[in-house]
Amino acid sequence: MVPGPRSGLSVALRWLLFAILGLFALVYLFPLFVMIVTSLKTLDEVRAGNLLSLPPNPTLEPWISAWSTTCVGLTCEGLKGYFLNSILMTVPAVAISAVLGALNGYVLTKWRFKGDGIVFALILFGCFIPFQIVLLPMARTLGLLGLASSTPGLIFVHVVYGLCFTTLFFRNYYAAFPNDLVKSAMIDGAGFFRIFWRILLPNSIPIIVVTVIWQFTNIWNDFLFGVSFAGGGSAMPVTVALNNIVNSSTGVKEYNVHMAAAIIAALPTLVVYVLAGRYFVRGLMAGAVKG
Amino acid sequence: MAVISEPAAAGRRSPFDWLQTILPKLVLAPSFAVTIICVYGFILFTLYLSMTNSTMMPRLDSWAGLVQYEKLWADPKWTISLVNLAIYGVLYIGISTAIGLLLAILLDQRIRIEGALRTIYLYPMAISFIVTGTAWKWILNPGLGLDKLMHDLGWTSFTFDWLINGDMAIYTIVIAGVWQSSGFVMAMFLAGLRGVDSDILKAAAIDGATLPQTYRRIIIPLMRPVFLSAFVVSAHLAIKSFDLVMALTAGGPGTSTWMPALYMYSLTFTRNQMGLGAASAVIMLATISAIIVPYLYSELRGGRRD
Repeated sequence: MVPGPRSGLSVALRWLLFAILGLFALVYLFPLFVMIVTSLKTLDEVRAGNLLSLPPNPTLEPWISAWSTTCVGLTCEGLKGYFLNSILMTVPAVAISAVLGALNGYVLTKWRFKGDGIVFALILFGCFIPFQIVLLPMARTLGLLGLASSTPGLIFVHVVYGLCFTTLFFRNYYAAFPNDLVKSAMIDGAGFFRIFWRILLPNSIPIIVVTVIWQFTNIWNDFLFGVSFAGGGSAMPVTVALNNIVNSSTGVKEYNVHMAAAIIAALPTLVVYVLAGRYFVRGLMAGAVKG
Repeated sequence: MAVISEPAAAGRRSPFDWLQTILPKLVLAPSFAVTIICVYGFILFTLYLSMTNSTMMPRLDSWAGLVQYEKLWADPKWTISLVNLAIYGVLYIGISTAIGLLLAILLDQRIRIEGALRTIYLYPMAISFIVTGTAWKWILNPGLGLDKLMHDLGWTSFTFDWLINGDMAIYTIVIAGVWQSSGFVMAMFLAGLRGVDSDILKAAAIDGATLPQTYRRIIIPLMRPVFLSAFVVSAHLAIKSFDLVMALTAGGPGTSTWMPALYMYSLTFTRNQMGLGAASAVIMLATISAIIVPYLYSELRGGRRD
């Protein structure tokens, strides 16, 4: 894009460039490194060493403690139950919101009707509201529906406020999909669902991946809904449990266990990012810059 | 299926045709209804609550007019929250944009390991703010964190107590926030840089422009839409900041790192001042709308023109 080494940058400048980029890379990796080494030390080693010192005798004790014995509030059974809560919450919420988003995007681009632009704009705005504005009525609604402090309640909330993003992603993707294919299928007598199933869906793999990754990351990482609608309860997601462990005011601060717990809570989204980073970035962009 | 091959022919509409015309709207209806109720209905409900004397439970019959808003603006905790948001917002947006643009320009110089570096710069965006907060809370731990590291490295007079220093604690949130999202800003600028027409650059090179000149005079001005997007996205994230504050400082020491989102949560759920909490949520929505609505409007219109 920009003139390369031959047309300007001297060798010295090039080294400077690498030095700056490398330095930044170290800064970004620093917290992850600190978390990992701290999580492999005993508490005495943590106190004796420093952030960067390697564990003299690496131990998995903090990890075992974080997973199955550390206290979250008054329950001392580790993160495992809350990790499971997060899975049970995230998987259905991602699936339902993605399916609805795909159908919405399909309708909004291929079965246009009078006023569809306004419908889309109204749905889209929902992506950007600060969720504080809906917390109180949602808490009441979940209570009335009998879903307070429950995983189905959290699934419902995440589907409702994830819809705008999934609809946006699929709408923009399908807007670029040739209308002629859909028209000729209509003339051949194919119905609404058949066209969707046979023509659009097989061509939607990239946007499905982007949507699923985006929703998975957002819902797994959510804290506000979790703490507002299931804080303290047995349906607490892992982010809320992690915060309870770290910010509990009683007992000795087990920094090594905190770090292990933090890595456990971050692991699913990190794995997804490493495996499918390209799609993750595309989702970020689609969420930021609309077409 | 082929028997009913002309759904457009008016006059002889079968039930199948009727179903085909109503079906798309039927499919969209649940999402639309849920949006109307859970976004717009709930906004109105919160707006109404903010004009009542609700404390622990909603009291819909206790009309109070604008009393809660008067109380809100008279509340020192709210003033602290707003000042903190201003400090955090300016620094977070400014530093993220500067670092993001710098990294994007450097990465755009045909770096061979660009992919790996990009992955490293962007991974914090994939993890939860609670994890980020937990990590930085440990790194900045007075005594055992950076302090100890610097002492062990020989800088014995080094002290870093921002986490427990009410005047400085807000800056720890800036550090963690910038660490988390500057990679994202970089990705936005990188996408922008990749979209610059190479003919313009060739023309600049022929005219004898040096590389810094080309960037300053041509490329960076071309990035205006990216600056705007980056600003909107970061401002939006800043106003909504809640998780990071909870994990890093929980608003402390004292109330020194309160921000509007934390104010709303605390007043509503732990201090039983529901009306006041609702009023603060309304102010947050109004602020975000003032930024987002014009942006969305121009984006959607721009999309139509293409």
